[in-house]
Amino acid sequence: MSLWHADPQLHDVDAVILPGGFSYGDYLRCGAIARFSPVMGSIIAAARDGLPVLGICNGFQILCESHLLPGALIRNDHRKFVCKEQSLRIESVDSPWTSQFSAGQEIVIPLKNGEGGFVADEHTLDELEGSGRVIARYLDGNPNGSYRDIAGIRNEAGNVVGLMPHPEHAVEALTGVGTDGLGFFLGLVGVPA
Amino acid sequence: MGAQPRPVLSVFFPLRTLGVNVPRVVVDVVLKPEILDPQGQAIVGALGRLGIEGVTDVRQGKHFELEVDEGVGDDTLATLADTLLANPVIETFTIRRA
Repeated sequence: MSLWHADPQLHDVDAVILPGGFSYGDYLRCGAIARFSPVMGSIIAAARDGLPVLGICNGFQILCESHLLPGALIRNDHRKFVCKEQSLRIESVDSPWTSQFSAGQEIVIPLKNGEGGFVADEHTLDELEGSGRVIARYLDGNPNGSYRDIAGIRNEAGNVVGLMPHPEHAVEALTGVGTDGLGFFLGLVGVPA
Repeated sequence: MGAQPRPVLSVFFPLRTLGVNVPRVVVDVVLKPEILDPQGQAIVGALGRLGIEGVTDVRQGKHFELEVDEGVGDDTLATLADTLLANPVIETFTIRRA
C-alpha cells in the first residue's frame, strides 16, 4: 500500500515506512518541508498513538524534523556522498522493527547518503544511550561523522525508528549485499527469524 | 481602507521591486557552535587556495528576507522561525524588522 504525500488518509495501514531519497527538493533542510505535508500530519498523530513507523535515510530526516525523534542529520563531515556496504551492530531489540535481531548482532546493509551525520547535544546523546534508544551503530569506521557512531535510534515507546542505512536494499540475495535487512521488516509480521 | 488584493505579479516579482513599500523582516539562521559545519570548512579551504590568509574559520548560515503584511506580529514571526526556517535542535536564529 502506497500513501501519497498530499493525501492525509492513512487507509488503515498497520505500519508506515518513510523511504529514502529526496523530498521537496530537500530545500531548506532535508525533511524540513516534507514534515508539513498533509500525510505527515496524520503520521505524526498516529505515531504518537503507537503506530509503528520506520524512517529510512530521508525518512529518518523527516522523523527528526517532525520531532518524533530527537537530534538532526547534517551533511557528512567529509563532505562527500557515501555509498557502500556498511557493517552495523544492532544495539537495541526493544522495538518491533528490531525484535528479529539479537542484541549485539552484526549485520551488513547498504549505506548511501550525503547528509547522514547524526547530531544532538550531549545531554540528548547521553539520554539516548542510557535508555537503550540507540538501535544501531556503525562498525569499522564512522562513514559520515555521526556522533557516537549512531546509525539509528528509536523513540521512547519503541514504535518509531529512524535508520540512516537502507535495510530494504538487503532483502534479496540476487540484488542486494545479502538479506541482513529482512529482520527490520519480519518483526512486524511475526515471522520467526 | 480595507486590504487590497496583491497584484498577481508579486508571484514573480517581490512587491518591493515594483515600488510598493512592504514591511520586510529579515531572519538569519546559524548553526549552533557545537555543530560541525562541513560547508564552512570547505570555504576555509578554498580561501587558502585563493591565496587569502588570516581567515581561520567560516560558519555558513542562512539569510531569509520576508515581505509581510502589517498585522504579522512578533509572536507569529518567532513561531515561523522556530518551526520552519530554523531547526532549534542544531540552529539558532535572529529576527529583525528591516
